[in-house]
Amino acid sequence: MAFGIAPDRRIILHFDWTVFVLAIGLAAIGLVSVISASYGGHRLINPLVVRQVVWIGVGIVALLLVSLFDYRALQSYAYPFYVLVIGLLIAVMIAGHATGGSRRWINLGFFHLEPSEVAKLAVVLVMVRYLREEPPKGGWGLRQLIVPALLLGVPVALVLKQPDLGTGLILVLITATLIYVSGLNTRTMAILGIAAVLIAPLSWHYLKPYQRQRLVSFINPQADPLGSGYHIIQSEIAIGSGGPQGKGFLKGTQARLNFLPEQSTDFIFAVFAEEFGLFGSITLLVLYGALIARGAWIARHSRDRFGALLAVGITAIIFWQVAINIGMATGMLPVVGITLPLVSYGGSSLIAMMIAMGLLISINTRRFLF
Amino acid sequence: MITVLALASVRLYYLQVLHHQDMSELADRNRIRIRREAAPRGLVFDRRHRPLVDTRPSFDAVIVPEDADNLSATIEKLEKYLGTDGVAEKISDAEDDDRPAYDPVIVQERLTWPQVVALETHQLELPGVSLDITPARHYLYGQMAAHLLGYVGEVNKNDLLKKADYHMGDEIGKFGLERQLEPFLRGAAGGQEIEVDSVGRRLRILKEMPDTPGQSVVLTIDLDIQEAAEQAMAGKNGALVAVDPNTGEILAMVSHPAFDPDVFGGGIKAADWRALTTDPEHPLENRAIQGIYPPGSTFKIVDSIAGLEEGTLHPDTTYDCPGGMWYGGREYHCWRKQGHGDIELHNAIVRSCDVYFYNVGIKLGVDRIAKWAHILGFGEKTGIKLDNEKPGIIPSSAWKEKRYHERWYPAETLSVAIGQGYVAVTPLQLAQLAAQVASGGVRYRPHFVKMIENVDGSVAKVYQPQVENRLTLDPALMEDVKDAMCDVVNTAGGTAHKAALPGIIVCGKTGTAQVVGDKSGHGGEGQNDDKVPVQFRDHAWFIAFAPKDHPQIALACIVEHGGHGGSAAAPPIHDVLQRFFQLYPPRDTELTENGPAHRAIEKVLDADDADAAEER
Repeated sequence: MAFGIAPDRRIILHFDWTVFVLAIGLAAIGLVSVISASYGGHRLINPLVVRQVVWIGVGIVALLLVSLFDYRALQSYAYPFYVLVIGLLIAVMIAGHATGGSRRWINLGFFHLEPSEVAKLAVVLVMVRYLREEPPKGGWGLRQLIVPALLLGVPVALVLKQPDLGTGLILVLITATLIYVSGLNTRTMAILGIAAVLIAPLSWHYLKPYQRQRLVSFINPQADPLGSGYHIIQSEIAIGSGGPQGKGFLKGTQARLNFLPEQSTDFIFAVFAEEFGLFGSITLLVLYGALIARGAWIARHSRDRFGALLAVGITAIIFWQVAINIGMATGMLPVVGITLPLVSYGGSSLIAMMIAMGLLISINTRRFLF
Repeated sequence: MITVLALASVRLYYLQVLHHQDMSELADRNRIRIRREAAPRGLVFDRRHRPLVDTRPSFDAVIVPEDADNLSATIEKLEKYLGTDGVAEKISDAEDDDRPAYDPVIVQERLTWPQVVALETHQLELPGVSLDITPARHYLYGQMAAHLLGYVGEVNKNDLLKKADYHMGDEIGKFGLERQLEPFLRGAAGGQEIEVDSVGRRLRILKEMPDTPGQSVVLTIDLDIQEAAEQAMAGKNGALVAVDPNTGEILAMVSHPAFDPDVFGGGIKAADWRALTTDPEHPLENRAIQGIYPPGSTFKIVDSIAGLEEGTLHPDTTYDCPGGMWYGGREYHCWRKQGHGDIELHNAIVRSCDVYFYNVGIKLGVDRIAKWAHILGFGEKTGIKLDNEKPGIIPSSAWKEKRYHERWYPAETLSVAIGQGYVAVTPLQLAQLAAQVASGGVRYRPHFVKMIENVDGSVAKVYQPQVENRLTLDPALMEDVKDAMCDVVNTAGGTAHKAALPGIIVCGKTGTAQVVGDKSGHGGEGQNDDKVPVQFRDHAWFIAFAPKDHPQIALACIVEHGGHGGSAAAPPIHDVLQRFFQLYPPRDTELTENGPAHRAIEKVLDADDADAAEER
């Protein structure tokens, strides 16, 4: 029974409501924020909002379907799925739809697919598939890590080519988390750590001029307040001006008057924080905290190593994206284009995250079935 | 994970609580643009509440380049209808100054009526162009009292640095009372808070802020007297000042040549400004307070008061004038070659005998003359509230030591005694001298503002007369000086009979300020022959007050290169006095028509003397 659609009563009985409610709650906050971000002072409902509603609906259906599905079947699909996504990434390079200087989307007619959002799931799956084997005594050594390095290297290279530094960074961080959690040789860890420190400065030469600018602006945003420092400054102004209570729904001036850049995607946190204040932004953090904690809990209680690592990988996606996105919006980290999971506008990201949530639920439900 | 979330919470607390205030301000600064609308400037009235300066609406042509679909075509049409060019330059200048998007650019200020009509009727062809109504300063009588009223102009970078509440494009008083009374006249600008989006599009008005019109100023100037003085000085270079000796109120202040204050409003053209500043006749200088000239024989009044106060001189002190005197190995002439013979103080003033005052000066010494000159207000600013007043020069031995590192030679005292040499005074200072004799020795601070009025007409502030000094001179002795000044005008042979008025006793003193004279101050021949080129002719002085008893007005007049004091400077004062007493008949009618005439008969001088006296 590869597709465990046949509803087992126990699946309903042990359905993980925590993850489901948190996912719906975050998506709701996302919808509210997208409405604020796209509000021009006249109409509440616009095409952007309608599309987000549709994607949330599709996402919930996908979540439910995936949660009924036995995640263990994925083990045999991991490599084909990975190959498919690599194919999509190559397709983007050839026939992708470009906006704002980077080529990220494939036009499917009814939908602009963003393969790099799907790539995160694919990389998690393929890594987990590889790392499910018990590591040698003392943890993974360098030799065993050659394959994961190659599996990571191909999509990272393709994503950086778009260029999409944010997704590339997330892929590296998720993989590192998985390798670490699945058991890493202390010596290897030390070697990798030193190598990372040595390589980091060299990577400066491979950055595009605008990416270097962002790093410079991060250190000193006022150096060029209307240019590359603009994003950070405007985002901090939006968040700070929200104050403890926020300006109120649809009353955020930074968002409504378009002072905030990328307000429905990368800077959606600033939109929400401006209108709902410290109260709202801490609530959002708590929801993410609960989701991550729940993900970690599911990983710890999973009956099989594959399920456990899969839960870790999914949780890692959430954790790193939230940390980097909020860190960037509040000016603690340099600007990289990373969405806020389940909240940012965008079908690919939203549906991929909903599927990931379905997988988490599936993992938690299945432990009662074995 | 906990660490990361905690870190994010701390950062959010920092931004949303600790820095909430400044971030809110920054957010508002992003979205709120303030459009300032200047308040109408306060009005200026004469002492009888007749308007001299007002503010009326004027039209400016403005363009919002973003609203013009075809900017270059619009500019071309706009230039055609305005009949000017340089619109494109104005716009590019504004861009160079980092004009925010959708900010209007002023293309031309103070449009003429045909220009307004042209723009209005072709509005549809001129997308993005509109008319702005702004208050503009208007000087009702053109050049009249230009130096006193001053002018306004746009604030410059210097003003902006010094004054926090001024903004680019604001109008500010630049000169004269417009500058001095700026805080009252200005009022407070109103305007609108407009919400804009990130590209600067104006979305809606958030707040309307009404302006507060400036307060009005009521001057002590009398329009009729000022006009009479302007007419009397027409075609002459020089100054005429009239003050009320009982209060220090300035009744008229004329400085010629003048300028038209209206050309400064709405931005003076570079060529006009250059013409004004490079004019060799210095039309921008207020000669009444900035022009310094040797006082000539008018200074003999200072010698007389000094001598009488110090006790070195009595009304009956007599000196022999043989037409000149030897002093320090040199001969000093009296203007009258044949001399005045034995002469006492009264006639020495009436006939302006130089030898008499050489002796008075020698007895006093330069330092005592300087002391009393200072007490009478010379060598110091009068304290009138106008910029760049000159104190003039009253030499003394200490002054010379400091200035030239040289000791004072007693012979130099002779030229000081007859108001030549180093001595330099302003017309206002001499008017103050006349006022002090008139008032029996009280010196008031000269002022030209009577009161400040609020917009509703209520009184905000009243300026009271301020006594600067009171002489302790015996009133009888001061009366002797007055008598002498009376005879200067009212005896048949007095040097200033041209200032005499029927029914009013006018007192005065003529003077001649040498333009080219030897520095020893030898007051010999006046340079007034018709053969002498105009620029080398002497300046003519006349100071006066009237009526003799209970004086109501004191004046000083200088006519540059006018020659004779009596013939050049007395007639303008005569005209002003005539107008004055038509309007303000003497409060005291003790005087009779035959009063002055009868006095004149007693003091008849011989014809020869009278003609010669004209030279002084």
